[in-house]
Amino acid sequence: MTQAGTMPAAAAAAATDRPTQPALVEMQDISKAFGAVRALTHVNLTIAPAEVLGLVGDNAAGKSTLMKILAGAIQPDSGRILVRGRPVSFSGPIAARDAGIEMIYQDFALVPELTVTQNIFLGRELTGPALGVLRRKAMAERARKLFAELGLRVPSVSASVRELSGGQQQAVAIARATGFDAKLVIMDEPTANLGAPAIAKVRETIARLKAQGVAVIVISHRLEDIFSVGDRFVVMKHGRVVGTRAVSDTDNDEIVQMIVSGSDPRGDRTAAE
Amino acid sequence: MSVNAEPRAVTGDTGPGAQQPADLVVPLGRQLAVLAVRYGMFVALLIWIVVMSFSTEHFFSSTNLLNVARQAAPIIIIGVGMTFVMATAGIDLSVGAVVALISCLAASWLALGLSVWIVVPLLLLVGAVLGGINGLAVWAGIPAFIVTLAALVSVRGLAFVYSDGYAVPVTDEAFIWLGRGSILGINTPFVLATVVALVGWFLLNRTRFGLHTLAVGGREEAARVMGLRIGVIKLAVYAITGALAALGGIVVTARLANGSPNAGMSMELDVIAAVVLGGTSLFGGSATIVGTVVGALFINFIRNGLNLMNVDPYWVQVVTGIVLVLAVLLNSVVNRRVVQWARRGAEGRR
Ligand SMILES: Nc1ncnc2c1ncn2[C@@H]1O[C@H](COP(=O)(O)OP(=O)(O)OP(=O)(O)O)[C@@H](O)[C@H]1O
Ligand SMILES: [Mg+2]
Repeated sequence: MTQAGTMPAAAAAAATDRPTQPALVEMQDISKAFGAVRALTHVNLTIAPAEVLGLVGDNAAGKSTLMKILAGAIQPDSGRILVRGRPVSFSGPIAARDAGIEMIYQDFALVPELTVTQNIFLGRELTGPALGVLRRKAMAERARKLFAELGLRVPSVSASVRELSGGQQQAVAIARATGFDAKLVIMDEPTANLGAPAIAKVRETIARLKAQGVAVIVISHRLEDIFSVGDRFVVMKHGRVVGTRAVSDTDNDEIVQMIVSGSDPRGDRTAAE
Repeated sequence: MSVNAEPRAVTGDTGPGAQQPADLVVPLGRQLAVLAVRYGMFVALLIWIVVMSFSTEHFFSSTNLLNVARQAAPIIIIGVGMTFVMATAGIDLSVGAVVALISCLAASWLALGLSVWIVVPLLLLVGAVLGGINGLAVWAGIPAFIVTLAALVSVRGLAFVYSDGYAVPVTDEAFIWLGRGSILGINTPFVLATVVALVGWFLLNRTRFGLHTLAVGGREEAARVMGLRIGVIKLAVYAITGALAALGGIVVTARLANGSPNAGMSMELDVIAAVVLGGTSLFGGSATIVGTVVGALFINFIRNGLNLMNVDPYWVQVVTGIVLVLAVLLNSVVNRRVVQWARRGAEGRR
């Protein structure tokens, strides 16, 4: 494996206001309603650098909504987000991406008609000095290098995404999310609808990101994914955080019980912090 | 050329550690079939020109060819804008009405003695503003078909209100040159159309704006979560189309030396037909300026050829309609089938 992106783990440790483990990202008191549907109510979530967090919960628990807020795709009704202790306000996805937060959407959010390279650079194209003229060679070159570095099974970078298989499309989405010095990568159900080899590839990717100091939040209904590569569970239900558990400190039954009952058997509600 | 015009086989790039996928090699016969379908319009245009050249005396003369190019020019000019609109999965039905209003305004402003140098930029601005209003309404979420249908009716109405239904002659020599003059032996309208097409091609295929236009039309939700400014892009493509409809209107008015509220009647249909004939997807995401130019020429060559053969003009319309349907069939259903068939051939060889 090659070392892609450089990770300033030391920079994180230099944050002075938090003497212990400094949080990479904190979401505080986030609420969001869609009309009458209260998708999120007073949700708190913290993630440390290089931490792999499994966000689990029943359907409609609010997982995707919470992560879309973090990725800047949705604006919360209230609450705030801190990156390395500094409050940020994500007016849109570009702002979140500039802050090093990337999301791999469940449907990959690729444009089928565009090429692999065009999709990877969508929204942050390399352009020449004038008029937004695209530097196409430079982008194709970097896309090719990116795939090589990531060790992902790669299609031709000039093929349109429409021509790719599901697994290849996911590789493109992963390359896009991890190829730009991300600090936090969010994956929404990355192993849904995948075969065993592709699932292994996703786990490998998560482990690699962690090794590079990148934090990862994985939304998954497959708890075994989190048990195999994760550090911590955060369980949600009905737009609230039920509780959180270190992977080493829990088992499948307890997590399932939390997901189903919506309450923390240890009564440790503050741990959701 | 079309954004994904080059035939490509999905092959594996080599990369250290990358598992090498088996190359997909499409058999030659099937590759040719894909090309024939993809460039069907170009082939058809060539065949038509050859057949016409042999069957009618005056068809293949430079005078006639340039004349067809001149007739096609306004369609090409407006079609370039329409290509951008359709790339976003939109449509603009109001272009013919804009041509009419511009025609009336041009004649009346020139009659006031205003200079061409003032009138032309003002007309382009009016076109851009009218298009921009369409764009704002589409941005607000009203379907483009409804927005621009309403604009078609009301802008044409404005043209009649403004002109009181009367045509006004244009006498300004400099203005008339835009429709009847020539540069280096090529008529001005076609020169203008060529310039517009070149700029449009560059914008669509080589700039961030063009790429984002295609992304918005291809999958709007993906464009949104990637942070593209969807509203601004939509506003821009309609404003550009409005401005180009104004330019088309200027050319038409100058050629006829006449400002009329009846100008550009049902021209939107010719423009949309040209764009669709050229291979731009009705559903957005893929678009081709070269195709639009060829489509516009094709329509006009068909009309011209049939006219030279003394075919009844009503039959000419019927034939044009049939050709359009065949072309859409070729570009959508047949194209997809043939591409799938070619890919199956490739996979069979693995
Ligand atoms: N754009 C939207 N408009 C209206 N309601 C929404 C929207 N997005 C989410 N919701 C609602 O918010 C609630 C939380 O949805 P969300 O997608 O976040 O759940 P989830 O935990 O990701 O579920 P799943 O596991 O099924 O993906 C649901 O009731 C959903 O219907
Ligand atoms: Mg979800």
